Amino acid sequence: MNAPLLEVTDLGKRFGGFVALEGIQLSVTSGERVGLIGPNGSGKSTLVNCLCGTLRNDSGRVRFDGRDLKGLAAHQRTRLGMARSFQLPRPFGSLSIAANLRVPLLYTVKARAGRGFDESSIDARAADLLAMVGLADKGRRLPRDLSQVEMRKLELARAMAAEPKLLIADEAMAGLSHSEIDDILALLRRLSAEGITIILIEHIMRAVMSFSERLVVLVAGRKIADGPPDEVIRNPEVEKAYLGE
Amino acid sequence: MNNRLFLVLALAIAVAVFVICRWFAIDYLFFAGYQILLYVVLATAWNILGGYTGYVNFGTAAFFAMGAYSSVALIKFFSGVALPIPLLMVAGGLVSGFVGLGMGYLTLRLRGVFFSIATLALAVVVQTLITNWDYVGGSRGAYTVRPMVAPIVGSYMQYLFLLMLSLAVAAIATARAIEHSELGYGFATIRDDEAAAEASGVPTLRLKLIATTLTGMFMGMAGAPYPYYVTYLDPASGFNLAFAVNSIAMPLIGGTTTWAGPLIGALLLGSVQQIATVSTVLGTHPEVNLLIVGLLLIAFVVAAPNGIVGFFQARLRQSRAA
Repeated sequence: MNAPLLEVTDLGKRFGGFVALEGIQLSVTSGERVGLIGPNGSGKSTLVNCLCGTLRNDSGRVRFDGRDLKGLAAHQRTRLGMARSFQLPRPFGSLSIAANLRVPLLYTVKARAGRGFDESSIDARAADLLAMVGLADKGRRLPRDLSQVEMRKLELARAMAAEPKLLIADEAMAGLSHSEIDDILALLRRLSAEGITIILIEHIMRAVMSFSERLVVLVAGRKIADGPPDEVIRNPEVEKAYLGE
Repeated sequence: MNNRLFLVLALAIAVAVFVICRWFAIDYLFFAGYQILLYVVLATAWNILGGYTGYVNFGTAAFFAMGAYSSVALIKFFSGVALPIPLLMVAGGLVSGFVGLGMGYLTLRLRGVFFSIATLALAVVVQTLITNWDYVGGSRGAYTVRPMVAPIVGSYMQYLFLLMLSLAVAAIATARAIEHSELGYGFATIRDDEAAAEASGVPTLRLKLIATTLTGMFMGMAGAPYPYYVTYLDPASGFNLAFAVNSIAMPLIGGTTTWAGPLIGALLLGSVQQIATVSTVLGTHPEVNLLIVGLLLIAFVVAAPNGIVGFFQARLRQSRAA
């Protein structure tokens, strides 16, 4: 078997006296679809922030694509091939929708490619990405003109513009309707089919269960389960965490 | 329009302005015009950091005065040798650009209002240092004697005007080039959302350092000829509150997201202040200038929070959508 794409060893993070994460072990193979669930405040977003370099982990190691990420800033990790979408969409409000996608194309794809990069391809790539998420006719609008589901799609498109190996989707579906969730799920499945590894952080169990090949459960900063979704949700500890005793 | 064409056009306008002023042949026109051009440079420089990346800098006076005092120090050190002012401007730009880089490194981990307070503190610290530095005159101030004849144009005031006009063209052309470049996209993402910018691969710290260095550099270059302009420079005038207030107010009134905003704001506010200075209607109290700035600022914050340029951009967008 290949070496894992992402390997987290013994990761820990504290905020003052509060232990947000402790002893997290996680290994994700290339091409996998992993669901990450846990009650509110269990440390899911903190884990994402530690992986992506927004926060510095206090202990443990994160290896990605054969490299130790220690000391690398968030933008360097993005350039290595780790992209994320934010829990609440965070578009660049003063830039047009198309320009929002130009940013990762310029600062990640171009920076990664170096001198051989053909800058004239950027507009076409941005247009492709917009078409992929169904926003083709809105490229010149500003993010504030978008609906909530369109904003989520822009968020995913911007993460995808960086041409990542690993996509971390942080609650990309919270607050969306049933059919909108199916929209986003279809999009994520298509990306997965293209070979992109995806970690899906989600509260909506229907979405996680149908999408994930593997389920990881965090409770109070610790990983309490990791395995096939059907087995994990029957795990008594997981039931206890979600439903109480 | 590409950058080269813009530069040629801007230079043509600058030459026209100079020729027209020469035609009037009033030295006071050059004196007042210099002050307005100085504000064009300061406002444009401030806007590179404050408008494009959204980091509000209250330290304009410090960068400006460091440029001016670099000149004072160099003139004294090479006393007897007539240093050309363009050389002094390069020196002032280097000093203030370097301090801008250093300040950026120390303070850019601070966000929002904390960054602004740090720049204010920098201004106080630098002013205290200069006030206690005897070599450049300390609190007594320093006299700078203008040479009898100026190069190129003969009159010294006209020569200073020409230099500031060239610097204004350079600053505006730089600001516009940034706007239309990869750097401009990066700056805009920092202004909008720094975490999202990092996640898109934007090296935010490096970009912010470029912005602080450029801002400091242009402010220092604008300050370098100042000793020759006022001929007597003391800390109170070099670190005048008006520099900091105006360089913030002008971009805000003109609009902060484009190069045209600070230019419009500086021309408008600068001219009004020059007129108020000599107008007998308002009396010749220098405080009237700041009163005008304050009132205009309040009016714009209420009526057109995105400045003159932003106001018309919104109008344009509305009419296009309709």
